[in-house]
Amino acid sequence: MRASDLLATTPAGLYCALGDFHIDPTRAVARALITHAHSDHARRGHGKVLATAETLGLMALRHGADHAGATQALAYGETLDLGGVQISFHPAGHVLGSAQIRLEKDGFILVVSGDYKRERDPTCPAFEPIRCHTFITEATFGLPVFHHRNSMGEIERLLASLHLFPERPHLLGAYALGKAQRCLALLREAGHAAPIFLHGAVEKLTSFYEQTGLDFGRIEKLDPARRKETKGAIILCPPSALGDPWARKFDDPVLSFASGWMRIRAFARQRGVELPLVISDHADWDGLLTTISETGCEQVLVTHGEAEALVHWARGRGLSAEPLHLLGYGDEEKEDSTSEPSGDGSA
Amino acid sequence: MKDFTLLLDRLSYEHGRNAKLRILCDFFAHVPDPERGYALAALTGALQFKQAKPGLLRALIATRVDPVLFDLSYDFVGDLSETIALLWPAPPSDTRPGSNHPPLLLSEVIHGLSGGKLDLPGRIAAWLDALDETGRWALLKLVTGALRIGVSARLAKTALADYGGRQVDEIETVWHGLAPPYLDLFAWLEGREGRPDAKDPAPFHPAMLAHAIEGQDFTVLKPEDFRAEWKWDGIRIQVVIGQDDHGARVTRLYTRTGEEIAHTFPDLCAALDLIPCDRFALDGELLILRAGRVQPFSVLQQRLNRKVVSAKLLIDFPAHIRAYDLLSEAGEDLRPLPFQERRTRLETFVSKAQSDRLDLSPEIPFTTFEDLAAARANPASHGAGEDAEAIEGVMLKQEQSIYVPGRPKGLWYKWKRDPFTIDAVLMYAQRGHGKRSSLYSDYTFGVWRGDPQAREGEAQLVPVGKAYFGFTDEELRQLDHYVRAHTVNRYGPVRVIDHGRDEEGAVKGLVLEIAFEGLNRSSRHKSGLAMRFPRISRIRWDKPAAEADRIEALEGLLRGKVG
Ligand SMILES: [Zn+2]
Ligand SMILES: [Zn+2]
Repeated sequence: MRASDLLATTPAGLYCALGDFHIDPTRAVARALITHAHSDHARRGHGKVLATAETLGLMALRHGADHAGATQALAYGETLDLGGVQISFHPAGHVLGSAQIRLEKDGFILVVSGDYKRERDPTCPAFEPIRCHTFITEATFGLPVFHHRNSMGEIERLLASLHLFPERPHLLGAYALGKAQRCLALLREAGHAAPIFLHGAVEKLTSFYEQTGLDFGRIEKLDPARRKETKGAIILCPPSALGDPWARKFDDPVLSFASGWMRIRAFARQRGVELPLVISDHADWDGLLTTISETGCEQVLVTHGEAEALVHWARGRGLSAEPLHLLGYGDEEKEDSTSEPSGDGSA
Repeated sequence: MKDFTLLLDRLSYEHGRNAKLRILCDFFAHVPDPERGYALAALTGALQFKQAKPGLLRALIATRVDPVLFDLSYDFVGDLSETIALLWPAPPSDTRPGSNHPPLLLSEVIHGLSGGKLDLPGRIAAWLDALDETGRWALLKLVTGALRIGVSARLAKTALADYGGRQVDEIETVWHGLAPPYLDLFAWLEGREGRPDAKDPAPFHPAMLAHAIEGQDFTVLKPEDFRAEWKWDGIRIQVVIGQDDHGARVTRLYTRTGEEIAHTFPDLCAALDLIPCDRFALDGELLILRAGRVQPFSVLQQRLNRKVVSAKLLIDFPAHIRAYDLLSEAGEDLRPLPFQERRTRLETFVSKAQSDRLDLSPEIPFTTFEDLAAARANPASHGAGEDAEAIEGVMLKQEQSIYVPGRPKGLWYKWKRDPFTIDAVLMYAQRGHGKRSSLYSDYTFGVWRGDPQAREGEAQLVPVGKAYFGFTDEELRQLDHYVRAHTVNRYGPVRVIDHGRDEEGAVKGLVLEIAFEGLNRSSRHKSGLAMRFPRISRIRWDKPAAEADRIEALEGLLRGKVG
């Protein structure tokens, strides 16, 4: 048994012929296993969707309850047999509900990581390394220049700026699903108790997180008529809003953006960001290397991102490694659309 | 390094000029000497050390990082210093400076850099080990001499002026005499000590500049308030003579932007050193005189173009100064005196100097502006004689005007000769035809809409015409060379010549003096006007693009129909 017996790359993405299912297909298919609810991984229109309950809930919230013909929830660690392939979902630490998908057939184990990170995140269970023969990984930040700083340290930089400019509203651009809620939780952990204002695009998803039992303290919908009250406050918004006329209505705002890309100065400058925070929901270079080592795999396949350096490194370690060049996966940390992505917001 | 690092980091993300000034002021207020002074030196480009070449840095990083991973990373990040700063592996924590080592200071780095080239790579590596990633970035920007954080020397000086409640020209005045880490400068700005006596015995005096006169000005200005003289077609030069601490004579020649060029005019300096006055500063025009006759600008240009000053060059192109203002004499600052008093002092000075390389720019007697127009139209018969060819027009100077740095309103005017000339910026070039088909000889030029000096502004070049003659074959070769070296884009046969801004916001580009016979309104042209018979009368290699003319100058011509 080899990886290619279990999974093939097709125009729709990874496909398992034995179990007749796709994983995170980029177009509508009969049966889809979904790692997490980001729009480039979780599209609408599939016949049947298998995912964690949280991911299914988020998909329904974003795409409508009728996003798929039928859905089935699988808890972390629970096993299901599809065509003789044992399937289970395991925490990926990326966003609420995110999972790695483990496939086992005749003692051969293959893991599809989906998107993942290794840093602690108060809003979702931590990544669990799984021993496997083949590890199919993402590589959004697959270059050694990407080293995410401690996210709490970054949040403290935001609070320091708030202290330095108590008159100025601080607009924090953070991806609406996952990053925004993680920033909220970290701000509260850091002891910031003041009300935090939410841009409309962040609200719905944040209440979903609250319904799962997370407490974000006092959060308020931003009332345009009461914009004056945002002096010295943090306003969470989707990153694209930072460049919108919306942002210019604030009085002398500080523009901040939480993303792994903020590590590169040109990205931050391009966006006009004054306070770049390196907070990412993807593994950094060290995170990728550690994870590959911990899985004990013999083969690494890279789905999307900066595959070349990672493949070079893995081969240098005596592993078999290939880029899969899967198309259609974007990267929500660069996401630009304010409106809820409808399924093709991945460019 | 910590404060300096934070400063560079914050400035690099800041777009607004005012916010940058605030950050700089805050830095000067909170960072102690000498660190703030060295940071100021770094920002103003005043540090003298052998810069680390990219090759050295690449070799350094190759000792720490897999070259394939480095190449992929550099390719992605695009900036060498930033890539290395991000990739440089942190040394094991027990060797990191912490409780045992005081943090690395900017002054240590600067001393280390100026201490000869001995083991520069080793030193840089040790510093990189001692710093965090932002610190490494700041260090590498510093050692490569390319800060590129959008702060010009002028902006840093403006921040100093803000900090000390001074005018920026006051800073410029003392600046040439100061050296890092500027302890005396900060002491003065903070009111702890008096103004630093320019340690430079022969400092630059920021130049006073003239406005182009426009049609409506003649209805407002009173001729009796003004004195007139010829506008010579040379380059503006400031002679400053002083004495150093040991009593030795110091001779400086400054261009109007304060660039020191004495070393290229040893003949002139030798002559100036014979003048029996230890300390003085005068303002005048640098010209080439042969047998007492002023040569056209193209002759001066030939001397300016030579890199090597040979004995033959000195004989063939004898340099000369035609003086028109005296700024200081024997330690007395004359700039606060009215122009007419300075003129009297200048006349006495020049006659006492008895130098064959220095003479007086003669005045033009006139009663009405009509008189002056007649002189301007025919300088030869109005006193200029055979020098008439080297006259670009006339200057009008208000009798009571003190010498004000910059371009103050209402005091000095230039009234150029017909044909009209404007200074424009080269925007596009195309190949010529026939004999010239191998050379870029068709030039499109433009002038400014908006104020290019305002770094925040939306100043834009508007094309106003095309010229394909007026230059010598030698100049054509130079222009062709310039075009090839400064092409930033191509549209079919058209090359776009660099006229954007550099990282500090300064405008790049080549200034061409365009002569033309007249101007008409035109709806076919974007600029709304069309030039008659435009040609290149001069290539202004010396003139910053931001000082090219503005569209208002042409619109003024249209309204006033001067001449
Ligand atoms: Zn994702
Ligand atoms: Zn993804």
